[in-house]
Amino acid sequence: MLLMNKFMIIVGHTYTNRLKSKAFMITTLITLLFVMAFANLETIIGLFSGEDEEERVAVVEEGANLFEHLQGQLEPYESEVKVEKFEGTEQEAKDAVTDGDYVGVLSVSLAEDNIPQGTYYTEQISEYKVSSLLEQALQQLKVTVASQSAQVEQATINEIMSPVAFEKVSLKEDAKTEEELSQTRGLVYIMLFLLYFGVLMYGSMISTEVATEKSSRVMEILISSVSPVKQMFGKIFGIALLGLTQFGLIVLVGYIAVQQNKEFLDSTSISSYLGFSNIEISTLIYAIVFFLLGYMLYATIAAVLGSLVSRTEDAQQVMTPMILLIVVAFFLAMTGLSNPEATYVTVTSFIPLFTPMLMFLRVGMLEVPMWEVAISLVILVATIVALGIIGGRIYRGGVLLYGRSSSFKDIKKALQLTKKE
Amino acid sequence: MALKLHNITKRFGSFTAVDELNLEIPEKQIFGFLGANGAGKTTTFRMILGLIDASEGDITWNDAAINYDKSHLIGYLPEERGLYPKLTVKDQLVYLGRLRGMNKQAILQELDKWLERFNVTEYRTKKIEELSKGNQQKIQFISAVIHKPQLLILDEPFSGLDPLNVELLKKAVIDMKNEGTSIVFSSHRMEHVEELCEHLCIMHKGSPVVHGSLKEVKRSFGKKNVVVHADFDVTYLKELPGVVKYKVVTGGCELQIENEQVAATIFDSLSGKGFVRTFDLEEPTLNDIFIEKVGASYE
Repeated sequence: MLLMNKFMIIVGHTYTNRLKSKAFMITTLITLLFVMAFANLETIIGLFSGEDEEERVAVVEEGANLFEHLQGQLEPYESEVKVEKFEGTEQEAKDAVTDGDYVGVLSVSLAEDNIPQGTYYTEQISEYKVSSLLEQALQQLKVTVASQSAQVEQATINEIMSPVAFEKVSLKEDAKTEEELSQTRGLVYIMLFLLYFGVLMYGSMISTEVATEKSSRVMEILISSVSPVKQMFGKIFGIALLGLTQFGLIVLVGYIAVQQNKEFLDSTSISSYLGFSNIEISTLIYAIVFFLLGYMLYATIAAVLGSLVSRTEDAQQVMTPMILLIVVAFFLAMTGLSNPEATYVTVTSFIPLFTPMLMFLRVGMLEVPMWEVAISLVILVATIVALGIIGGRIYRGGVLLYGRSSSFKDIKKALQLTKKE
Repeated sequence: MALKLHNITKRFGSFTAVDELNLEIPEKQIFGFLGANGAGKTTTFRMILGLIDASEGDITWNDAAINYDKSHLIGYLPEERGLYPKLTVKDQLVYLGRLRGMNKQAILQELDKWLERFNVTEYRTKKIEELSKGNQQKIQFISAVIHKPQLLILDEPFSGLDPLNVELLKKAVIDMKNEGTSIVFSSHRMEHVEELCEHLCIMHKGSPVVHGSLKEVKRSFGKKNVVVHADFDVTYLKELPGVVKYKVVTGGCELQIENEQVAATIFDSLSGKGFVRTFDLEEPTLNDIFIEKVGASYE
């Protein structure tokens, strides 16, 4: 009872101490602002563009009479670009652009065979949207003119222009449909990012925490009160609670913001792309399981690494190999996202350091046999337990180890300190 | 009862830090643990506390091994001082006190008592990094004793303090003893050990060279000191048989002599020569014993 209490005291101390820190409040606040900004993206963009902000383009025709057609083509894009017939010479039109009346001048003429061609004069040459819309419209016009002169029916043209019907169907019976895939892809994507940033952020938080206690030498008092292993896991759980608080806040704020902007989000493709509308419960459960296990794995490594350095400044340095591993796992997963059935994805999903990202990728994207998932989970949990035991011993010696160097030779020294001989 | 170290040996690889140490540290007394740097004092303390395991032998306190179940009965002031620099004195001690099994209310009560006693009440809500080194040390001392431990281990408790604060802490240590705490402390300062300890042990290269009660240790040392202040020249005394060391001081000399009989010879030789202001036969100081026992093997 007393021992459990001490564990909780450490968890509580780690948690509240970090929670109260300015750095934590600021980063959380910034993230929350970012989430709200994202959910209100359209409103914000609308604020900047305003109502009368559609770009006006002057059209000068030389011997052609295509303005009506052009206007017709551009009608769907009225909010973005508006063409106006310019009565005057091309030079006068260019002057009007310089004066700021128009964003550019489109000079339309007819080449041989009555094919329309155009030149767009503008001061904003790097601007892309207007010019490409104009080009598209003119292209359409060209097709129409050319086919009319070849006496092709409008219906035939429409048929030629319409996209081909193409569908992908898996021959495996329980495979996910293309629609389901693109939905889970979004979730997997988000989850990979969360795992990546979560492990990086909270991992370095843990190792700094341990290194700070060591460098301030408060460690020796601590380990005379509570066993080092209990301290190590107390820290890991304390920071985990902190992470859950932070993620919880983000999800809550994100959810509220999304609810308020439901109409906008439903009307666009974002929500369906991210796959929120139709997630399988099992995928969500896997996400939580793999996230927590991934955190445990890397947090244990971070705590052990933190126990090896004598100065807080060295904590980041000793973390580098671990960070590199996470980056590798992240890139494997990111490339695997487009090809989850590749052999390298299958193989690496069983390597415990990569399992949280890659096995989750697989269960999210494919129908992975239950036994494969079970094996990878067993390996992962076994690794975490083994790391916990070995790490606990390294930690126990490491916290008594002070020296200038912070090399990995210290692991051996730390283990030696805990041995009897 | 009491703390017993039985045949303790600690090896780090091929280096032997503590070699077959046998000690019995009595209850409710102050035990002095002396030794030069690297003699194995801190290693011994860490083994007593269970921070590191002994290679051989065993340590028992009240006939049982010390483990984390007993941490609320034990207080420890490590040689390397350190507290959380960013925490306030109050938060710090509340955390450390709770880890020693106290509840918050009791901690705050005790804390106020100690802060008052050490004249540092104004630092209650200050961060540790804002305190002077001496005041940090007082807070550290409070962290070691706030839970009223039965066994208190102090590694160099008085180093780095000014004389006033040394007195303050010494008084606190003595009061702790009188309230029934068994105290083990290490020091380089012989006069502190002489003043405080009933029993002591001098460590040298991992083994005890002197061990026992202060009186016994002094008696068994044999050699004594004689102080002579006289109005005539006393330099001839250093030639007398049985005089080991001779040191000139203002108005006379200090001698270390083989045994008490030599003092009688000196006294006889002085008589009739003139006016003797002081003739004093003294017990050897711990300093003499330490230098002889530890210093001898340096040569």
